Amino acid sequence: MRRSLLAAAAALLLAAAPAGARDLTIVSWGGAYQDAQREVYFRPFSQATGIRFVEDSWDGGIGVLRTRVQSGNNTWDLVQVESEELLLGCEEGLFEKLDFARIGGRDHYIPEAVHDCGVGTILYNFVLAWDRAKFQGTPTWADFWNVERFPGKRGLRRGVKMNLEFALLADGVPPSQVYPTLRTEAGIDRAFRMLDRLKPHIVWWQSSAQAPQILGSGEVLMTSAPNGRITNANRTERRNFGIQWAGSLYTIDSWVIMKGSPNREAAYRFLAFAANPAVQARLLPLIPYGGTAKGANDGLPPDLLEVSPTNPQNLSVSLMIDDQFWLDNLDRLSQRFNAWLAR
Amino acid sequence: MQEVAAIETGKAAALARRTRRAGLGARVSAALLVAPLFLFVLVAFAAPIGAMLKRGLEDREVAPVLPRTLAALEGWTGTALPGDDAFEALVEDLREARRAGTLPVAAGRLNHDTAGLRTTLVASARRLAQPFDGPAREAVLRADPAWGEVETWGALVRARGPWTDFFLLAALDLRRDATGTIRSVPPDQAIFRTVFARTFWIAALVTAITLIAGYPLAALIALSRPGVSAVLLFMVLLPFWTSLLVRTAAWMVLLAREGVVNHALVALGLFGAPQQLLFNRFAVVIAMVHILLPFMVLPLYAVMRQIPPIHLRAAASLGASPVAAFRRVWLPQTLPGIGAGCLMVFIQALGFYITPALVGGGADQMLPYFIGFYANQTVNWGLAAALSLLLLVATLAIVGLYGRLVGFSAVRTA
Repeated sequence: MRRSLLAAAAALLLAAAPAGARDLTIVSWGGAYQDAQREVYFRPFSQATGIRFVEDSWDGGIGVLRTRVQSGNNTWDLVQVESEELLLGCEEGLFEKLDFARIGGRDHYIPEAVHDCGVGTILYNFVLAWDRAKFQGTPTWADFWNVERFPGKRGLRRGVKMNLEFALLADGVPPSQVYPTLRTEAGIDRAFRMLDRLKPHIVWWQSSAQAPQILGSGEVLMTSAPNGRITNANRTERRNFGIQWAGSLYTIDSWVIMKGSPNREAAYRFLAFAANPAVQARLLPLIPYGGTAKGANDGLPPDLLEVSPTNPQNLSVSLMIDDQFWLDNLDRLSQRFNAWLAR
Repeated sequence: MQEVAAIETGKAAALARRTRRAGLGARVSAALLVAPLFLFVLVAFAAPIGAMLKRGLEDREVAPVLPRTLAALEGWTGTALPGDDAFEALVEDLREARRAGTLPVAAGRLNHDTAGLRTTLVASARRLAQPFDGPAREAVLRADPAWGEVETWGALVRARGPWTDFFLLAALDLRRDATGTIRSVPPDQAIFRTVFARTFWIAALVTAITLIAGYPLAALIALSRPGVSAVLLFMVLLPFWTSLLVRTAAWMVLLAREGVVNHALVALGLFGAPQQLLFNRFAVVIAMVHILLPFMVLPLYAVMRQIPPIHLRAAASLGASPVAAFRRVWLPQTLPGIGAGCLMVFIQALGFYITPALVGGGADQMLPYFIGFYANQTVNWGLAAALSLLLLVATLAIVGLYGRLVGFSAVRTA
């Protein structure tokens, strides 16, 4: 925290310096995650290249980026964005088109991490989690829905996104068919019917921190949860939570270079540095998000491999969240979900 | 004689002038003393709230982006697809907006109205940016078949602005179709009437329980010896000084499946296994009652303390039974306290957000949760503002009704 304050102070000082003399400004999500990034990426990059950097953090939201670019007063160079912002911002021309030849080529990364305007940096999942102390075996989404066989409450995030997908997976829809099914009215009805069946047994969580909490307190037998929270609970609170990777949903956060950035050269050098799989692998012990370069999981010890979202064994059974589907339908389906919840 | 009268009149007039001047001076200095507070309330409270509520009534995101299209749709009845001029205008508008980078905001607004319109707009603009042969109508329909539906154009007209009832209607589960007729939304999209009813029901329930629980407590404090009543009052105030979040979190710990209450119930043999006490209506109501109880007890106590104890003794000596003495002597004198306490608890309960969010289930969320949801999750500020506006109006109506029935002069608070 103090470090980011210092970084912010540095950013202020530098903002006062004449234009053009600005250091490379890297913007991420702050908190423990950015602390880990600093250890793994920012500092080693600066030491290796002699390029100075300042940090900032943000909470997301395409409006912030739009205002920065349109006001002509943008002081950010490299920004970590969620997949939805990547999609919208690229469409709106807020980001530089990336020249992948300068950062290892498109084949250097797993295919999902490659986008015209951005390159994925971490991949993380929303998984089925359970407490091994209370449930033996490895439950699937079908088991999650089967309260007759496995009595107990189930935790799901209060919101429509991802729950429709989980419902269809539980109903036996193969992962590749989940979004094509959801693009039909009958498919949406089918997902809601599945949710109907489970409704009396659902405990809704709202913030990510609640998911491991209701699992640990025995409020629920199983829950959907961000993989990072579950692994962290195992690491820091000595929990014995299990993660079911099959049927988990994943998304990718990407680096983008802001349109018109004067530090484009430095930004590319950073991206090239961050593309190194050996560098990416160092993030995993600190925070369990998967590296996106091919080979980022090579040579990892089994305990890290087990919790790495980009471990091919984990990734191949996961499904990528379809941002285009949710961009189009979030308004309408949220409304329907809220009405359903109120009944 | 007349001269004397004139002099007297002159004196009186001068006196009146002086009195007025002195009165004016006092009023000016009073106004100056109040001015900082007044300005603070205006700048920090009234203006931002007013600006936010205005968003529920205005619609200015689409008109600047599609001016030609909306002009061409002037007078369109909404029964069939519009004429060729509307299609031509749309092509021009989309090209212009794509160049200027103004499309995203308008596309976002239209997506609140009809799912998928964001993509329709953005993709059409991309495809129509290239020159094409033939009539605009065919090119537009090729770009996205959604333009072949009357309701797509209806959505544009609904977003014409500058003023709109779109959000207010949506907050009441209503919408206009392309012809402008107001209809109910489909049942699977209808939610807000239920939420309004639920919000007022929970607030009323909490008010009733705090009254039933708080009345004897306030009486006990008021009738105790000074030393005892100070201790009791302190115990009422103690949770009052604790953060609302902390008190809510405390209930989560108490009511958890492996929490204190469940352990006690199982140990007492009341239940064979721990029950789910959290994430339901019961938890919401009990936590809200706990948080709001001081707001009921304090005004009741303030009123009860003023009732001379000899009134009850006099009633008894005149032959009234304890019940009759309470009902006819004590209770009527506490009515102002009941009114003040109920009003304060009810209005605060209407605005509860964090407590239902933390200890409630899916069907226990109150209106503020939805205001937060639309402001933060789907970034539909118009709807969030319209919901706030309706909540404010409904609350004012209840306060007004209270004023008519009970009268504000009867309200006395500590």
